[in-house]
Amino acid sequence: MIIGVPRDPHPGERRVAATPATVAELVKLGYGVVIEAGAGAESSFSDEAYAAAGATIGDPLAADVVFAINPPPAEQLDKLAEGTTLIGMLNPRLDPDLVAELARRPITALSMDAVPRISRAQSLDVLSSMANIAGYRAVVEAAHAFGRFFTGQVTAAGKVAPAKVLVAGAGVAGLAAIGAAGSLGAIVRATDPRPEVADQVRSLGGEYLAVESAEVEVSSTGYAKQMSDDYNERAAQLYAVQAAEVDIIITTALIPGKPAPRLITAQMVASMKPGSVIVDMAAANGGNVEGTVAGEVVVTANGVTIIGYTDLPGRLPAQASQLYGTNLVNLMKLMTPEKDGQLVLDFDDVVQRGITVVRDGELTWPPPPVAVSAAPAVVEKAPVKVAAAPPSKTRGHVLVGAGAAVLFLLTALAPAALRPHLTVFALAIVIGYYVIGHVHHALHTPLMSVTNAISGIIVVGALLQLGHGDTAVTVLSFVAILLASINIFGGFAVTRRMLAMFSRS
Amino acid sequence: MTVETAAQAAYIVAALLFILALAGLSKHETARAGNSFGIAGMAVALAATVALAIAGDISTTGLILLAAATLIGAAIGLHRAGRVEMTGMPELIALLHSFVGLAAVLVGWNGYLHVEAHPDGAEAALLNAQDMLGIHSAEVVIGVFIGAVTFTGSIVAFLKLSARIKSSPLMLPGKNALNVGALAAFAVLTAWFVITPRLWLLIVVTVIALLLGWHLVASIGGGDMPVVVSMLNSYSGWAAAAAGFLLENDLLIVTGALVGSSGAYLSYIMCKAMNRSFLSVIAGGFGIEAGPADAKDYGEHREINAEGVAELLTTADSVVITPGYGMAVAQAQHGVAELTRVLRERGVRVRFGIHPVAGRLPGHMNVLLAEARVPYDIVLEMDEINDDFSGTSVVLVIGANDTVNPAATDDPTSPIAGMPVLTVWEADQVIVFKRSMASGYAGVQNPLFFRENCAMLFGDAKERVDDILRAVTAVTPAAMHR
Repeated sequence: MIIGVPRDPHPGERRVAATPATVAELVKLGYGVVIEAGAGAESSFSDEAYAAAGATIGDPLAADVVFAINPPPAEQLDKLAEGTTLIGMLNPRLDPDLVAELARRPITALSMDAVPRISRAQSLDVLSSMANIAGYRAVVEAAHAFGRFFTGQVTAAGKVAPAKVLVAGAGVAGLAAIGAAGSLGAIVRATDPRPEVADQVRSLGGEYLAVESAEVEVSSTGYAKQMSDDYNERAAQLYAVQAAEVDIIITTALIPGKPAPRLITAQMVASMKPGSVIVDMAAANGGNVEGTVAGEVVVTANGVTIIGYTDLPGRLPAQASQLYGTNLVNLMKLMTPEKDGQLVLDFDDVVQRGITVVRDGELTWPPPPVAVSAAPAVVEKAPVKVAAAPPSKTRGHVLVGAGAAVLFLLTALAPAALRPHLTVFALAIVIGYYVIGHVHHALHTPLMSVTNAISGIIVVGALLQLGHGDTAVTVLSFVAILLASINIFGGFAVTRRMLAMFSRS
Repeated sequence: MTVETAAQAAYIVAALLFILALAGLSKHETARAGNSFGIAGMAVALAATVALAIAGDISTTGLILLAAATLIGAAIGLHRAGRVEMTGMPELIALLHSFVGLAAVLVGWNGYLHVEAHPDGAEAALLNAQDMLGIHSAEVVIGVFIGAVTFTGSIVAFLKLSARIKSSPLMLPGKNALNVGALAAFAVLTAWFVITPRLWLLIVVTVIALLLGWHLVASIGGGDMPVVVSMLNSYSGWAAAAAGFLLENDLLIVTGALVGSSGAYLSYIMCKAMNRSFLSVIAGGFGIEAGPADAKDYGEHREINAEGVAELLTTADSVVITPGYGMAVAQAQHGVAELTRVLRERGVRVRFGIHPVAGRLPGHMNVLLAEARVPYDIVLEMDEINDDFSGTSVVLVIGANDTVNPAATDDPTSPIAGMPVLTVWEADQVIVFKRSMASGYAGVQNPLFFRENCAMLFGDAKERVDDILRAVTAVTPAAMHR
């Protein structure tokens, strides 16, 4: 089958759905590839490079499979032959008109932005790969608009304080932004309703700001969901405090199939220092920031720049094309089980089912929901048990107290002859505990075999019982001495053997 | 100075030497000296006791028997110690524990035969005068009880570890009731025996203790054996201490208590490492939370071949190897050590990450690696290595499963939730050596295998490691010159 890659006609779109590197992969899978002339020009891929990788330059819309970036305009769709498979970021959740438009035609449409978030499908997940780029670029845009350094410096001309960056939402884009801002030297803070991302934030050098709320989010789809009023109120307080303090805010909060939540109000923007920058990565879906204009840069009355670019991934076109192209190659690998250049749509596979919007002219949207195995299906949150840690300490004290009391009673009530033995016994227990307190983990086995050899000391008891006339006693003692001797000699010998093996490099 | 006072003095010296032995064993630098202290202490103790016996009324036959028993025991012990494979160490140690247990039972019985069996004899009269006869009877029963539990417990552990019986936990109905019942019966019988010391009571106590020891360890599965062996070690110490009370011998009391408390503390460390309750271990049978058979979709795993692994390893900056029981079973430690040597010669930073409960004995992996001459300073424990995984190029998981399971940290519903694990998945690439996709000891599926950065290398660990070694050395033949 032939794969066609048209030039994306949308103004400002600089990406392309295949690069010379991914073309070579597609050819390996048995496909022929047709590229529209100049399709990769804006991503710095020349027609010659495509040809060298095995593609031909021609009319892509006549192909059996068409790779798009954005939904093609109606005039392009009209040119598609019956039975063509269209693959692109079709945004079916938010664009019912387009879904209807597609369903009118005898084609199959697969939407790359509908890949379910299961670990097996990660290699196809364009939302992740694009968000990663967008997060990075958001920081670059912010740095560009910000009139200061990100990193703190002490120079001969004076001291420079580091920039403070707040990242709202620690998804893929947020994490990429945290990493990029951190590596420029800024102090990075991040918020997210999902407490489990705190470690991820920290791993990238950010500080996680938790919203103090009883509500803990566990989403079975792997995406964020809408939060309750109580949560939102507390979050708003947090943002209000941060807005007055930080220099840069990057918002990434998106809820699938819903308008973006409003996190930063006009009042918060007004409280920011002049020269501060906000990058609203949710601008395309309505924006997280009051005052954002999609696709535009706005400067507020108090000198705060609000960047609402909706094409952040496209601003790194070569990189974005390569990653998107690789996502498509991975999808082709999944859908070409025989590696013979024949596309097979398997509806039993949740990934393939999940991305199919239209199959052979028949509407199949929306797909049945897929639960992500990464998250537990149901988590019963019992009233939070904070009480777990402290009692163990008090329990320790109680145990020590109880032990002391038992020892006291035992010794006080014991006959005189027993008392010295109990004293010795108690002291030896304590010594035994402390003596191995800091044993090196590698020496557990030798330690055990040496203590084992030492516990062969029971031989002393048997020795003292031997040979006092009584035959039964003598026989039993004999056996006991024999066994204990095996223990003593075997134990020490085997320890010696083991210890001889430990050597330093 | 009489023989008695000299012997008492020698006992004090021996006890101090034993303390030095245990203290020495906690560091590599002093470990060998520690072992020598232990031997010296034992020699002093034995010499003093033999001198005491000779000064006492021991008969010539008794003396000959003493020498014969010691010599035969020494010969068997040294022979076994010289021949044992390092992978067979857990079995040997469990077997040796059982000997201490049995010896303690025998000493206890002798105590009975010596004193209580002759209620009108001189010994009984002497004890009665000190108001100690009842105490003595109690000591007999307690000593026999602890010894017998240690004996059968260790035997079962030995059988399980040497795969002579199945290592899966025995699930008797009402197992906890059985354990508690046995303890209650023991308490009642002890009281009864103190009042009227009858032979049949002692026999019943012995039988109950033997059954209890068997049941306690039989209800614990193979994967939890490190804790069990360490616990039995502790029990054998308490058995010796009980014998010490019986014979009014301070050396036995001191040594037994030392071994008992250090063994218990070691078990406690292990339990913490596994996030298990210490009490439920002593009570026996804590592997009971069998995981629900889950049909979750974890996705697909990827496979890799030995050549692929060799390529990854030769281009890696740093490699961490996390071995588990599978490495011991396959006897792969020598190949692993050789691979380590070759990679290190090429400037790859190779280290080992050891989970506290890897293997079937505390420190089992360390002993195997030491046997294969892996330098101990590149063998790190979990807490030392866990922060470094994120900067590691390749992790080789050799025959480990539950100890590298991300479900322990990610999935609160998992049966192993909360158990600290090696966070191998933070490395760039993880290679898992495994015989098949079957689940690990805990019966829990391991989501690690389905992670993006994880690949499976199927087959016998030893053969696969040898394959990799061949492929690595083939890349540059220079490395084959030793």
